[in-house]
Amino acid sequence: MGGAGPGAADEHRPVTVVPGAVPRRQLCFAWGPAEVLVCETLFGRTGEGAPSTSRVFVVRRDQDIYIQTLRKLFNESHGIFMGLQRSEEELAGKSRKAQLVQVSKNYRSVIRACMEDMHQAAISTRDPALQGQYSTQVSILSAMELIWNLCEILFVEAAAAGPLLLRLLDWVRLHVCDVDSMVREVLSSENPSKHKLFWNVVDIFVLQGRMDEARHLLSKEASANPTSMNMYKILDDLMKKMPVPSLGNTQTLTELELKWQHWHEECQRYLQDGTFASNPHMESICKILLGDEDAILEKKELMTTWYHFLVTRLLYSHPTVKPMELRFYAQSSMDLFLGGESSPEPLDMILMAAFEFEMHQVIKECSIVLSNWWFVAHLTDLLDHCKLLQSHNLYFGSNMREFLLLEYASGLFSHHSLWQLGVDYFDHCPQYGRVYLELHIERIPLSTEQKALKVLRICEQRQMHEQVRSICKIMAMKALRNNRLGSALSWSIRAKDAAFATLISDRFLKDYCERGCFSDLDLIDNLGPSMLLSDRLTFLGKYREFHRLYGEKRFPEAARLLLTLMTAHIAPCSFWMTLLTDALPLLEQKEVIFSAEQTYELMRCLEDLTAGNPDKQKFQDDDVETTKVEMLRLALARNLARVIVKEGTVEGS
Amino acid sequence: HGDVSAKFCSRRSADALRPLPPRLQSPDVFATDNRISIWSSGDLGNAGLNGEYHGEPRLLCDIQHNGDVMDMQFLDQERIVVASSTGTVTIFRHHQNNQTLSANHRWEKAHYHVDQDTSCGGAACTGVVCSNPEIVTVGEDGRINLFRADQKDAVRTIDNADSSTLHAVTFLRTTEILTVNSIGQLKIWDLRHQRNEPSQIFSLAGDRVPLHCVDRHPNQQHIVATGGQDGMLSIWDIRQGTMPVSLLNAHEAESKGPSNLALNISRNRTFTTSQGNLF
Repeated sequence: MGGAGPGAADEHRPVTVVPGAVPRRQLCFAWGPAEVLVCETLFGRTGEGAPSTSRVFVVRRDQDIYIQTLRKLFNESHGIFMGLQRSEEELAGKSRKAQLVQVSKNYRSVIRACMEDMHQAAISTRDPALQGQYSTQVSILSAMELIWNLCEILFVEAAAAGPLLLRLLDWVRLHVCDVDSMVREVLSSENPSKHKLFWNVVDIFVLQGRMDEARHLLSKEASANPTSMNMYKILDDLMKKMPVPSLGNTQTLTELELKWQHWHEECQRYLQDGTFASNPHMESICKILLGDEDAILEKKELMTTWYHFLVTRLLYSHPTVKPMELRFYAQSSMDLFLGGESSPEPLDMILMAAFEFEMHQVIKECSIVLSNWWFVAHLTDLLDHCKLLQSHNLYFGSNMREFLLLEYASGLFSHHSLWQLGVDYFDHCPQYGRVYLELHIERIPLSTEQKALKVLRICEQRQMHEQVRSICKIMAMKALRNNRLGSALSWSIRAKDAAFATLISDRFLKDYCERGCFSDLDLIDNLGPSMLLSDRLTFLGKYREFHRLYGEKRFPEAARLLLTLMTAHIAPCSFWMTLLTDALPLLEQKEVIFSAEQTYELMRCLEDLTAGNPDKQKFQDDDVETTKVEMLRLALARNLARVIVKEGTVEGS
Repeated sequence: HGDVSAKFCSRRSADALRPLPPRLQSPDVFATDNRISIWSSGDLGNAGLNGEYHGEPRLLCDIQHNGDVMDMQFLDQERIVVASSTGTVTIFRHHQNNQTLSANHRWEKAHYHVDQDTSCGGAACTGVVCSNPEIVTVGEDGRINLFRADQKDAVRTIDNADSSTLHAVTFLRTTEILTVNSIGQLKIWDLRHQRNEPSQIFSLAGDRVPLHCVDRHPNQQHIVATGGQDGMLSIWDIRQGTMPVSLLNAHEAESKGPSNLALNISRNRTFTTSQGNLF
């Protein structure tokens, strides 16, 4: 799923070896929604020996969705995503921006939380392979947060000159080089100023613009070394007076620039006077304060990265840098720092693209480097909400945001439970979301009824009637194969699938004919209005009702029902013989049940049945059948006789 | 009733409440993403000014579980019975001295389908109820099993007890159980009788809405409550008639109806949950 973003050139595609595939066999393949189905084949090569088993492989790129600890990332970011989609669009200007910045911060805190968990997992596991995997994940997450944070400063918050520098300083302090352990070591020693790392710590404080902390440490040096008291006082003073941008509107940029120029000149004077000549450390600090590139570059190992170098440079040479000027400083910083020794890594290129305000480039590079779409999908969505992405139409019609979200959500669908998150993402892709959802939701493996019900609820909420029907049919078929006729009928009723209901009813009736009794009475007795779904189903219900009435000795009603079943053509012709046979005991009762009219009807039915049979020869040969018909005719005749007498007598009295 | 603070477990959960033991630390069991986990709900005596509960759940131990956890219940202070979507019923033991979980006993294929090809022949076991030492399970195969904790095989099995899927089971009396199914029927089974027929069947008129859960009133044995797929909570009086006494629209039909529905009737309150809503 990482793969190339839209329009990327095909450079160095990694080769994946399919484990278990025989080397000289050919492989054929077919694309699936999230994976490739690969199968061994001979394909046109005949006579290559005896046919042997061919195996099928599923090649999947994205393993990340299966990493347990990343689940929190997917779940929580889903919540933030949904919140963003539903947030107030009417809020304008500052409040909207503040809202978006908050969303960005939320995303970042989720990444950090995940990093914590991953780190815990890494140190607590004993399996070295797992440990390696977790550690890699930690560094990837850390890089993601680094990039996201920079994007937040430059794009979401769009910090202006002044605050921009402060934000970048925060960014560097938070993410680059680990100062804290060094600081702790020095401060906890007996004689901090004599510690070998003492000046390193002071330097890094200065490089990061942490003046108060630097001054605090320097005071220890001063008290330990009274001879340099004078130098210390001057340096301390310079550091205290350094003008920095403020977050509030207490001064304009011009004011700041003036102050800064003034201060800069003062530092210059002290340096040229040789005030710090006797202490190389302090002299170096003064040079740094003056923004001397060489002096700053000397501290390369402390800064560790070119972007730290960039921010330090800006702090001491151009604190009122404007956003659009960043690109120049960024490029030159990288060049100076790397100095031709090493080439930039992917992370460096991404950050550079950010400094150059090339949002699309950032997204593209991230897509290539990262192994799943999570990062780019969410970041792009946020940037889109900031109205920063022009509708950059890709050649297949949808826009960047939608493309990435669709890819991400599709990836989620291959997971047995994360697919539920994917549904919401599709909902918020206006152009193709619904189509994707329709295709994916039908392919979720329905291992339990509970899962099927969940899927159905999602479909029903979105009026996806086709999918509802399709899923119900699948469940009905499964139930039927497992001989769960009740469940099968239930599902086909829900699907309003008359044909299937007919099929199942036929099964019930067949069972009845074979066994002589009904199975699953609890179901048939309680069909309710759903009985009307199919004729066969109605017949089944009514036929069972007939049996019930008979069992309760409500003969006249039973008789009436039986007759209706035939005359109203609810019963299938194949069943008429059975029904007529069922009528026999009613005809044989002591009291007369069928009226004259009814008896005539029955006779007519019988004649219809026997007359309608084209193969009279065969019919007559079958002894059982002929006997039955004979018995029926006899019983009907006798009944007719009795009823005529009875009706005649009643009318007479 | 005040604020409810919840720690994000980041996994779905179907929980079971343990009968409170006489000590402050009362661990609770949550099933999360195919792992059985035991959490400590913290010091219950630590209530805030407004009676709010401030503790945060803390994971004590967990263990892998094969298949989705469909239902679970405590058998006694240390043992938990878990129903799996693979049709297996497992008893786990929680060792409190070293805070570990281990699988104590397993009934494989307690629920299965005739067609062995579908999901390896296993049918999901949808509900389990315990009354030490007896365990009753029901499943998608319409089967009712009666187990005893110490016996290898089922004490009694009612095959094809229901033609549709059984969703939940609970004890009515020590010898009688209640089941609900996916065609909206509530059935009472008397386990003393050897015949495989329910002694009574109740159903809602009209649409056969699947019933997902059932519980009975702790004091009044004839009062039973069921939760339906459409969010309807029905109260039944099993002494009279086959129709519910009252119907309450517990959850909007629009919202996700009770899927992981748990029903718990205590003194005067009925709690039902549905995908995060508490009623």
